[in-house]
Amino acid sequence: MDFRYLPMTPEDKKEMMESIGIQEIEELFSDIPESIQFKGEMNIAPPASEHDLMKELQTLSSRNMNVKDYPSFLGAGVYDHYIPSVVDHVLRRSEFYTAYTPYQAEISQGELQAIFEFQSMICELTNMEVANSSMYDGLTALAEAAVLAASESRMKKKKILVSEGLHPEGFEVLETYTDGLGLVVERIPLQEGKTDLEHLKQEIDDDTAAVILQYPNFVGSIEDLKEAEAIIHEHKALFIVSSNPLALGILAPPGNFGADIVVGDCQVFGIPAQMGGPHCGYFAVSKKLMRKIPGRLVGQTRDKEGTRGFVLTLQTREQHIRRDKATSNICSNQALNALAASVTMSALGKKGIRTMASANVKKAHLLKEKCKKAGLTIVHEQPVFNEFVIDMKQPVREVNQKLYQQGIIGGYDLAMSDHTKEGHMLVCVTELRTEEEMDHFVKTLEGLV
Amino acid sequence: MIQNKEQPLIFERSRPGRVGHGLGDIDHTNEKVEDILPADYIREEEPELPEVSELQLIRHYTSLSTRNYGVDSGFYPLGSCTMKYNPKMNEDVARMPGFAHVHPYQPEEQVQGALEVMYHLQQSLAEITGMDEVTLQPAAGAQGEWTGLMMIRAFHEANGEKGRDKVIVPDSAHGTNPASAAVAGFTPVTVKTDERGLVDLDHLRELAGSDTAALMLTNPNTLGLFEEDIVEMAAIIHEAGGRLYYDGANSNAILGISRPGDMGFDVVHLNLHKTFTGPHGGGGPGSGPVGVKKELIPFLPKPVLQKTEKGFTWDSERPQSIGRVKPYYGNFGINLRAYTYIRTMGAEGLRKVSEYAVLNANYLMRRLEPYFDLPYNRHCKHEFVLSGKRQKKLGVKTLDMAKRLLDYGYHPPTIYFPINIEECMMMEPTETETKETLDEFADAMIQIAQEVEENPEIVQEAPHHTVVKRLDEALAARKPVLKYGDSNQD
Ligand SMILES: Cc1ncc(COP(=O)(O)O)c(C=O)c1O
Repeated sequence: MDFRYLPMTPEDKKEMMESIGIQEIEELFSDIPESIQFKGEMNIAPPASEHDLMKELQTLSSRNMNVKDYPSFLGAGVYDHYIPSVVDHVLRRSEFYTAYTPYQAEISQGELQAIFEFQSMICELTNMEVANSSMYDGLTALAEAAVLAASESRMKKKKILVSEGLHPEGFEVLETYTDGLGLVVERIPLQEGKTDLEHLKQEIDDDTAAVILQYPNFVGSIEDLKEAEAIIHEHKALFIVSSNPLALGILAPPGNFGADIVVGDCQVFGIPAQMGGPHCGYFAVSKKLMRKIPGRLVGQTRDKEGTRGFVLTLQTREQHIRRDKATSNICSNQALNALAASVTMSALGKKGIRTMASANVKKAHLLKEKCKKAGLTIVHEQPVFNEFVIDMKQPVREVNQKLYQQGIIGGYDLAMSDHTKEGHMLVCVTELRTEEEMDHFVKTLEGLV
Repeated sequence: MIQNKEQPLIFERSRPGRVGHGLGDIDHTNEKVEDILPADYIREEEPELPEVSELQLIRHYTSLSTRNYGVDSGFYPLGSCTMKYNPKMNEDVARMPGFAHVHPYQPEEQVQGALEVMYHLQQSLAEITGMDEVTLQPAAGAQGEWTGLMMIRAFHEANGEKGRDKVIVPDSAHGTNPASAAVAGFTPVTVKTDERGLVDLDHLRELAGSDTAALMLTNPNTLGLFEEDIVEMAAIIHEAGGRLYYDGANSNAILGISRPGDMGFDVVHLNLHKTFTGPHGGGGPGSGPVGVKKELIPFLPKPVLQKTEKGFTWDSERPQSIGRVKPYYGNFGINLRAYTYIRTMGAEGLRKVSEYAVLNANYLMRRLEPYFDLPYNRHCKHEFVLSGKRQKKLGVKTLDMAKRLLDYGYHPPTIYFPINIEECMMMEPTETETKETLDEFADAMIQIAQEVEENPEIVQEAPHHTVVKRLDEALAARKPVLKYGDSNQD
């Protein structure tokens, strides 16, 4: 069988073997002990032609209900937003996507500059001083932030206080990351959909390495970062904020409130949902944590003729130099998705991002009003960005089934992560939802209660 | 067209009033945000994002792309990274709407097609590695390493063995190995490489003991050599009660030829962005699935994908699981590309991949051997290391030769890794390159070796034909400028 990715001809093979001094390719593997050589053929599907495989995958693809064909009210960390056409045209430039980490700066200026611009845009949005070149996703970035905070205290402070407004999978990931290091994650409950700061005051102590708040939080509410900051810094803990960066187009940025570390996910900027990945974590810190930040950093410099250029910098933080003393083990990151986010942020620009973020606020408000008018119960009355909770007083699973029959993708079932929240549906409205879609959604829900 | 000199930052192209988006009249409600949100919640200062038109934006990124070098631009023998061709079909598959635009929280019945792909990929990877079950959750190789080590830790703890806190790592190991061991809460200890370029068995015997949690190994190792004592090493570690971890970054040498599971490894990660063509993306995203032997299955990250009569479903009832390592289900978009590739190649194709990757590497090694020091003179696998010692004596460093290669239009090999080889150059040609390309590259290397003897300055001063000359890394680190608006000046 011929393979289009393998250019070896019989003639090449013969010449190459001659020049190496072997008769058979197998000789190159003669150092593999007989007992562990694989005999026979692996039991996987036989090679498929391009056309057949394309057809088969198209069939599988069409078996999934996708959020571009059906109106979706599902968010909970992954959102259906406007993706400018330019994004994919840039991503398809193969000089970007077929390159690897820009170790050789002189032939990687394009990637390095794009990342430098990404870092700059993240700093602008968060109002922080330093941002890295990306993390796997927002929630592993958050877990790394917690580890960074503990290591700032030389692992003396063991406690991480986390608002229950954090994404439930954020808790799960955080628990896995901190488990190996002997750190303890403690929860601060919500009160009326916002972090109970009185509770925080009681729990925080000198053993607290960091306090984590999500902004807007998982149930949609916008937290009071200013009041939280005062409590946190009084106890010399680090203030970590996990933030939807699109929301920062309209909301006051965490940097304004003295956050030490701000993390989140840039999926909202031109990155398709893709069943949950790859997305793109960002990680921003204040200047005093610059040398502790995980992952790659691009810095500006000059060549020997004085021309501006960009390089990977402050690499002594990283695993390939510091090995077991590194601040993190991250190596490959999400560079291409950081590029997608940069292109999107550039397309939106300083005015467009506000327009888009405001549209989320307004449409969420509109849907909330429509729900109320229809007699649906809104669980807590807080200012929100683009998500809020409806109490359906019946299993959300079943509600979503009914919505599905109407060709609508329903909201997130909060009972999935907290059984006391049976009937609570987290509803998301982005700038893409039309009034018509909202009316259809509300009418369907109305018919159920 | 060489675009010399500086390229404006996108911020420097910005002019007030230009727009690059097509949001249109999206904001059609009559409400004002100020009437919905309390005033102190609203940001006062606008974020300084650029204001550019769509054409300006496209020209900006197009010109940046011309200042970058990928596998599609030319030969990229970056050792340990497997810079093989990235099939275009994979890119089209990843953009199919039913794959690109599905939400991880849609009910299972809405995403059966996506789950089916994931399930079959898991099955294929288990077969390829010789393991019993695979998770697709880890985002990249390093996260796979950490995931695997956390599972080994949970395994030992479940057996009442809390004292196993050491992870043995060869001195030639990639930096992520000791770093992953440390972030998983272990203490890494280093085992030496012997004169064959393989793990020093006597030293390994000394280190293995009741405190050994695991041995981490790449095989072929980072010198491109097959650890031929692997069966014995596995016995040493297993007898001591430890487990074997396989760093799959070098799997391109062994597909269908020898499986980590058969070598005695208990946990394996693969780098789908390397061996299985998920593109490298300028540094990511990757994907680092982890495979395990039966005894470790209970500790897999949750949820675990299962096939039942009702279709594919997620199982979250896993009491011994280490928990979740990544939100949702891993880097699905990259896993999809890897699946497309595996289906294109089949078992027959994958075996050829490794045969040709190894043939290409040995051919290139033999062509270069007369001109550079070859630390280990034996058949290599998919990559090999050379040392620039001989050239260093003439005052030319490996770094200089790497920069000189840029003038010849090539991406240089990996340099100064592994760290136990002086002036190291690590070359991995991959199976997707033609003999002509290997010959041309070898000619360029030989030419550079000659330049080192006859005209060392031209190498020391390289590169000469790139858009910027050699960049001042010390300045970048001394006075960091990490965003627009910062300055290298005091
Ligand atoms: C030998 C080896 N191990 C581990 C890794 C880490 O993999 P990743 O970059 O996918 O995290 C690499 C990648 O550079 C590698 O070459």
